[in-house]
Amino acid sequence: MPQELLPSDAVRPGRLTEKEPVVVFESVSIAFDLKPVLENVSFSVQPGETRIILGPAGGGKSVLMKLANGLIRPDSGAIRIFGEDITQIRERDLYKLRGRIGMVFQESALFDSLSVEDNVAYRLHEEQVPPDEVHTRVVEALKFVELEQAIAKFPPELSGGMRRRVSIARAIVSNPDLILYDSPTGGLDPITSTTIIELVMKERDVNRTTSLLITHRLQDAFTLAMNRYDRAKGTMEPIPGNGVDEGTKFLVLNEGRVVFDGTTRELVGSTDPWLKQYLS
Amino acid sequence: MPLLSPEEFAKQKVGAVQDYAILSWQAVANLFSRPRYWADIFTQMDLIGVGSLPTIALTGFFTGSVLALQSATSLKTFGAVSMTGNLVALAMVKELGPVLTGLMLAGRNASGMASELGSMKVTEQIDAMRALGTDPVRKLVTPRLYATIIMLFFLTIIADAVGIAGGALISVTMLGMNASTYFSTSYRALQYADIVQGLTKPLFSAFIVATVGCYFGMNTKGGTQGVGRSTTQAVVVSSIFIIIVDFLVSRAMIGIFGR
Ligand SMILES: Nc1ncnc2c1ncn2[C@@H]1O[C@H](COP(=O)(O)OP(=O)(O)OP(=O)(O)O)[C@@H](O)[C@H]1O
Ligand SMILES: [Mg+2]
Repeated sequence: MPQELLPSDAVRPGRLTEKEPVVVFESVSIAFDLKPVLENVSFSVQPGETRIILGPAGGGKSVLMKLANGLIRPDSGAIRIFGEDITQIRERDLYKLRGRIGMVFQESALFDSLSVEDNVAYRLHEEQVPPDEVHTRVVEALKFVELEQAIAKFPPELSGGMRRRVSIARAIVSNPDLILYDSPTGGLDPITSTTIIELVMKERDVNRTTSLLITHRLQDAFTLAMNRYDRAKGTMEPIPGNGVDEGTKFLVLNEGRVVFDGTTRELVGSTDPWLKQYLS
Repeated sequence: MPLLSPEEFAKQKVGAVQDYAILSWQAVANLFSRPRYWADIFTQMDLIGVGSLPTIALTGFFTGSVLALQSATSLKTFGAVSMTGNLVALAMVKELGPVLTGLMLAGRNASGMASELGSMKVTEQIDAMRALGTDPVRKLVTPRLYATIIMLFFLTIIADAVGIAGGALISVTMLGMNASTYFSTSYRALQYADIVQGLTKPLFSAFIVATVGCYFGMNTKGGTQGVGRSTTQAVVVSSIFIIIVDFLVSRAMIGIFGR
C-alpha cells in the first residue's frame, strides 16, 4: 500500500496525543421532523485551532454547535470530543466532559434571575470553588471582557452587546479547553462587533484555546484570520506582510452540507462558483 | 397545526407519557445521589409554602364556613344540627382540605413552574445550564418536587384546621351552637383512618403539581406563545389528575380501612 511509505504520526510516540484532534465529526446527519438539517458532515479541529463556521441563515450552524456539546444527539455518524465519542456516552458522563467546554449561545442565554456575578460564577459554584477564589476569578473574567462595572447588574438591565460579553466571560471563567462561540457578533453594531472579535482573538492568542466560531459577518471572519493580538499594546494588529493566522481555518455550510473545509488562503483562492458568490 | 393520522397521534401521546414517567422518576431518584441542591429546595419551600399560606388559609376558612352553613340547613330537617361539627370535620379532613389545597396549588404553583421553566426553555437557559455542566432535572425539578411535597403536606393540615375553625365560627355566631359541643363532635368524628386518608392525599397531589408543572415547562416549544400554552396545560392537566387520583386514593383507603 502506498500509504505505508508516507511518514506516519503513529510511529512517533507523544506526537499522536499532542496531535489528536479536539473535535471530530464523522459523517454526522440529523433531521428535525423529517427535514434533514445536517447531512454527512465531517471535519476535524486540531488543538489550538480556531475554526470559523460560515454559511447562510438556517444552514444548520447552530445545530452543529449544539451537537458538538452533546446538547442534541445526531441521527447517525460519530462525534468525538477530546477523543471521546459523545454520541455513545451517557448523559451523566457528558456533564463531566462539558466541564472542559465553554459555550456562548446565539442569544446569550444568561440566567435572567441571577446577577452578572452569579451568572459568570455559575460553573465555579457548581465545582465548589471556595467563595473568595470565585469572586477573584469572576472579576478577572469580567475585566477580560471589560465589564467589571456591571458585576452587580441583572441581565435584563444590560444591552445586547454587554450580554454577549457576559456570556463570553461565563464561558471562559473556568479556562475551558474548547470554546464554542455561536454568532457572538450577531445583531450588533460594527464597533461592538469589533470589540467582541478582539476578545475572541485575545482568547485565541493569549490562552491558545481551541475554538469553534459561527459568524454571519465575513468581515469578522477575515479580521480574525488576518490580525493578531498584541499583548503589549492590548489591541489587535494586522499580521505583517499580509500574513494570515495559520491556526485559523474555515468551514462553510450550506443547506446542511459542508461546501468548504480548509485554510484562509484556500478559501480566498477557491474557484467554486457558489463560494465565490457567497464571499463577494 | 397539521392534521395527524391516528397512529401518529397515539405515538405522540405514548411518547409524552413515557417522557413524563422518566422525568418523574429522575426527579425522585436525584435526591439519592450527589450533587444535591439544598439551597434551591429551601428557596422553593419558601416560595411554595409561605407564599401560598394566605391563599390556603382563606380557602380553608371559607370552605369550612360554607360547609357549616349548608350542612346545618340539611341537618335541621333531621333535628341533628348538633352534628354540624362532625360533618365539617370529616368533610374537611378527608376530602375538601386535601383536594382544595391541591387544586389551589395547581393553580398557583403548577402554572408558576410551567411558565418559569418554559421561559427558561425557550430562551435557551435550560440548554445553557446543561452546557455549564448542570443537570436541569436535578437543579430545577427535584427541588420543586420535594419542596412541594413537604409544603403541601403542612398546608393541608393548616387548611383542615382553619376550615374546622371557620365552621366553628359560623356555628357559634350564626347557628347559635355551643363551641364546646361543636369541637367535641368534630373531635369524636375523626378516626385514625380519616387522618391517614387526609394526609396521604396531599402527597399524591404534590407529586402531581410539581411533576406536571415541570414536565410542561421543560417541554415548552414555540416561543412566548408556547409558554402560555404550557402554563394552561399544566394547570388543567394537574387539576384533573388531582381529582382523579383523589378518587382512586379514597377508594383504596376505604378498601384498606373500611371507611
Ligand atoms: N430544535 C429544533 N427543532 C426543529 N427544527 C430545528 C431545531 N433546531 C433547528 N432546527 C432547524 O434546523 C435548521 C438549521 O437551524 P440552525 O439554527 O442550525 O441555523 P443556523 O445556521 O444557526 O442559522 P442562523 O445563521 O440564522 O443562526 C433550521 O431550518 C431550523 O428550523
Ligand atoms: Mg444559529
